[in-house]
Order: sequence, then C-alpha cells, then structure tokens
Amino acid sequence: MQVLLVDDEQELVSTLAERLEMRGIEADWVTTAEEALNRVDQRPYDLAVLDIKMPKLSGIALKKKLQEKRPDLKFIFLTGHGSEDDFKAGSAEAGSDYYLVKPLDIEILIAKMNKILET
Amino acid sequence: MALTEKIKPKFWDHQDVSAGLYKPLFNFRRIWRLAVLLTAGVTLIPLIFMAIIDYRVTQQAIESEILLRTARLVSNTRRSIAFFLGERKSALDFINKDNPIAALNDSKRLAVLLKNLKEGFGGFIDLGVIDSNGVQRTYVGPYHLEGINYSNQDWFRQVVKRGIYISDVFEGFRQVPHLVIAAKHDLPEGSFSVLRATLETERFNDLLSGLEMSGLGDAFIINRRGLLQTPSHSHGKVLDRVGFPIPRYAPNTQVFEGKNAEGAPLVIGYAYISETPFILMIVKQKGELMSPWYRTRMQLIGFLAFSVTVILLVILGVATYLVNRIFMADQRQVMTLHQVEYSNKMASLGRLASGVAHEINNPLAIINEKAGLIKDLFSFKAAYAQDPKLVGLVDSILLSVQRCAAITKRLLGFARHMEVTIQPINLEEGIREILSFLEKEAEYRSIVVSVAVLDEIPTFESDRGKLQQIFLNVVNNAFAALADGGRLDITIKRIEPHRVSIAFADNGCGIHENDLKRVFEPFFTTKAGKGGTGLGLSITYGLVQELGGEITVQSEIGKGTTFTIILPLDKREKEK
Repeated sequence: MQVLLVDDEQELVSTLAERLEMRGIEADWVTTAEEALNRVDQRPYDLAVLDIKMPKLSGIALKKKLQEKRPDLKFIFLTGHGSEDDFKAGSAEAGSDYYLVKPLDIEILIAKMNKILET
Repeated sequence: MALTEKIKPKFWDHQDVSAGLYKPLFNFRRIWRLAVLLTAGVTLIPLIFMAIIDYRVTQQAIESEILLRTARLVSNTRRSIAFFLGERKSALDFINKDNPIAALNDSKRLAVLLKNLKEGFGGFIDLGVIDSNGVQRTYVGPYHLEGINYSNQDWFRQVVKRGIYISDVFEGFRQVPHLVIAAKHDLPEGSFSVLRATLETERFNDLLSGLEMSGLGDAFIINRRGLLQTPSHSHGKVLDRVGFPIPRYAPNTQVFEGKNAEGAPLVIGYAYISETPFILMIVKQKGELMSPWYRTRMQLIGFLAFSVTVILLVILGVATYLVNRIFMADQRQVMTLHQVEYSNKMASLGRLASGVAHEINNPLAIINEKAGLIKDLFSFKAAYAQDPKLVGLVDSILLSVQRCAAITKRLLGFARHMEVTIQPINLEEGIREILSFLEKEAEYRSIVVSVAVLDEIPTFESDRGKLQQIFLNVVNNAFAALADGGRLDITIKRIEPHRVSIAFADNGCGIHENDLKRVFEPFFTTKAGKGGTGLGLSITYGLVQELGGEITVQSEIGKGTTFTIILPLDKREKEK
C-alpha cells in the first residue's frame, strides 16, 4: 500500500509517515498542495490522506485536482475541526467513515485505509 | 398566604435597578398611583361637588317651603278667627240698630233675639242690655245677672270709649272660660246703651283643633299678657301662662325658627288678630316637617357612597389591569432583548470553543503522534519493550492526549450544536452530554447524579441548541441548590404518546413558597450578590415555550426541588 500524507503541520505528518512505515505501509508526506500535485506524478499512490484546512488550497479543493490527475486515487480526510462548514463539507465529501478528527488513533486510521482500498 | 399577597399586582414590588437614570419611567407603582389619582380626581371631584350643591339647594328649597306653608296656615287661620269674631260683632251691631231700646229692654224680645243668635250663629250663652250707668237692665241667659252694675269694670269703660269690645277669655263669676263681646248703641236723646253677649269658647277652640297639623304640631291663641286662650298640646290648658316670650307686634303674619326647651328646632308662626287681644300661634317641630327630606337625604347619601365605591373599584381595577398589561409588555420586551443577548453570547461562546478546540487539536495531534512513535520504537526494539516503566510513561502520555481529545471533542460538539437548529435528538444522550460538562464539579462536591429512562423514548426532531441551554440551566440551578454530597435524580418518561417529561429532582435547600411562583420571572433571584442575574430560569421558561413544551416546579423547604419539563415528541404538537 502506497500512501501520500498531506498536512501543513510537518511535525505531525512526518511522524505519522514514520509510524506507518514501521507498520509496513509505504508513506510519503508533503506539507503543501503544490508538492502533493507534483509527488502524485512521481509514484502510483493508492491513497491520499488530506488535511481539510490548509493554507492556499483546502483539502477538498486539492482532492478535486488530484482526481483530475488520478481518477482512481482514494482519499481519507483529517481535520482539527475548524468550523461547522468544514465539518459539513468534509463529511459530505468523504462520508463519515473516511473522515477522522485529530488527534488520530493510528490503528483506526490503518483500519479505514484497508477498508477503503477493499471497496 | 395573606390576602394582600394574593391581590397584589405583579408590578407592585418590581424595581428595575438596571434602568439607571430612567428609573422613574419604569416605576409602575408610581404610574399606577398617578393613573388612579388622576382618574379618581376627574370623576369624583365633580360628582361630589355637584352632590353637595344639589344637597344644599334642595334642603334650602324644602326649608323655604316649610316656612311658606306655615305662614299660609297662620294667615288663613287668622282670617277664620277674625271672621268668627267679626261676624258675631256685626250681629250685635245689627240687633242694636234694628231694635229700639224699648224692644231690647223687653226680656221676651231679648229672649227671641238670643234664640235667633244661637240658631243662626251658635256659641251665644246669654245676652244683656246695660244702660249708660253700667247697670244691666235686661238679661236673658242661664244666670241671674239683672241689676249688676258694671260701671267700674274695665271692659265697660273700653266699650264706652271705643264703641266695641272683645274680651280676653276669662272664667268670670261662673268659673268657666268664656269671652264677652259688647257693642255700644247711641240713643237719640244723647244717652247710650250697651248690648253685651257671652260666647262659649268651645266653638272658638274648634276653629283651631280642626286645623291639619302633623303629630307634634300645636295651634293656640294667647292674649297679650301671655295667657293661653285656647288649650295647647305642649304649653298647658286655658289661662295657663306660656313659657316663651310674647312675640313682637307685627301687622302681618310672621314665621321664624326657634328652639324648644330641649333644644329641638321649631318653626313658629304668629299673627296679631286686629281689634282683639288675641295672638294666633302655630308651632311645628322642624325635625318632623323635615323627616321626608331626611329620608331622601339618607337615600341620596347612600347612593352617592355606593356610586363613589363603584367608581373607585372600577378605577382601581382598570388602572391595575392596564398598568399590568404595560408591565407585562415591558417585561416581554426586556425578556426578548435578554434572550437575544443571551443567544448572541452563546453563539460567541460556540465560536470561541470551536476556535480553541481547533487550535489545541493540532498540537495535541503532534504530541499524540510523537508519543505514538516513541511507543512504536519501544515496541519494535526489544531492549525498550522489556522496560515496563518506559512503556507505562508513554501510555500515560497517550492517555492524557485521549482525555484532552475527548474534551476538545465535547467543546466542538457544543459549538456545533450552538449553530445547528433542528435535528434528531436522543434525549438521554443530550442530557448525558450536558452532565459530562459538570462531571468534575459533581466529583469534587460528591454530588450523585442519576439518569433513569423509564420508557422507550424515540428520537425526535428538535432544536438541539435550545435543549442544551434548557438542560444546562436547570442542572446548573440544581447544583447551586445542592449541598456537597447532595443528589440529583433525572427521570425521563413518556407521559402521553406524544409527550415526554424530564424531571430534575434535587434534595437541596428548596424554594420558599412565596418565591415559588416567581422563579420564572425575569430578574427574580435569591442569589443576588452571589452572581445570580435572575435570568437563567426565565430564559429557560421562554426556551421551553418556544419548543412547545412546559416547565413546572414543585419545592419544599429543606427537602428539595423538582423541575419538570414536558416536551412534545411530535412536530404538530409543537406548532400547537
């Protein structure tokens, strides 16, 4: 399983990637949308984990751009839950099953990843 | 409860401290007082003024009428008496002129004349002819009076001087009251004779006793020395002296007001009967004459008092009703303003909670991941994995992160519900969510909180934000009333197919009976000076009503208080 993690919090995303690696999941991380768009061209990711609230481009908008490049790419959203609008948009876009609130439980994240890739 | 407490209008004890400079504008008791005084003034003053004027005018008219009637009676009676005496005097004159002296000195002829007089006029007792020397030459009557010499008597001198004489009533030789009329007759040779007749006083008395007099009225005749000439009800019998001064001479009828010995007011009328020694007097009791007016006066005063009472009651009722309506409208307005203010405050609080949760969640996520990584490293490296202390430390960090996450999640949930309007509600979950905010306080104060759901309660559509505010306010209120170690029992049950009741029963200090009916009034607080605004329960009341429900309270001092909220499960119920 190849996963791309996108979050503007580098400390979070880098540590998360390392922990996933330790569990045998190939995880790359980036902190901006631009980097994510570049990186997706370089490796055949199965799944992208996107933070909803990011500077410049939100996770929702980024998802649409990534889908243009990789229509088969699956997504999981993360949020610190900013506003009600974010919550509504996130859950509508991802469905409540693929929408996780920080701080994360890594085992739940992995379970969700497996589930989304099975479908 | 005292009667005054029951009838006291709601605005009576209201004091709007927050009105500041405009406090007089919200002094409803003053407005009420002003309204009552002004209305009572403009209605009662003219009414009472008119009543007093009418009273005086009527009384004066009646008094004048009484005086007039008395004067008329005196005048008529005087005319009757004058006519009675004049008639008899004229009869004697006629006999004198119609009969030569020789005929008059004939006792048979004189007897015929006496008989005619008795039959024609009545009241004559005897008849006598007296010569110029005062000797009674001829006499016809029941006594033997021939030869009596009257020359030294005053009446004889007066008849010689004036030509006619009418005597006072006197008893004379026979000790029987009577009066005498004597007429002088000039004879052709320059001498004269006097025709003298005695009249019985009964006919004289009949003239007065036949008068229409009310119960205590009295009509009598006195002579100019104050001796009664006819019997009187109140002054004695004939020839007794009256107890009042003889009224001053006046050619006409006089009426005046006086008082009797007991001080009772009298109306007194009198008239001097000309060419006689008689004064006619009619005395009436004023109180008796005025008694019809006194009865009418009592009715008038009673009617006035009744009218004033009714007017005052109506004014009090209307003023109280209107000022109460103004007060209620004002309270509703204030309530709405405060509710808006409160809603804004809650919305701001929601936004703040949301911001805080978001900002904390990111660093919390980093701590979580870093600690997770440390644990992962320990787990994957055997050396550390066997050190339970290190693993324990990391677990402790992760546990704390979880607790923080639970707090921020709750805050976010709270913030989210502030914004959302209608959504499906699970009543028990909603209450437990509110209780989770107060968990720590309950723990520190050893307060036991139980939630019992007695029936199956379906999820129903409602405003989650409003419900949260309602539950939070009621639970907060219960916590404030509870002592440490107290107990709050929350019972949810379905009382009707479409209605659910939630009872919050605490065993706290309870609410005094007098305060109980006021707990939902805005600004009513028993926690003044301890942070109570007096708005919590009034806002709760408003919110419950907005949701189509109702809230009631039962309490007993020292035993505790139960707030019961009844909510409709059905949307149609709410619209009702």
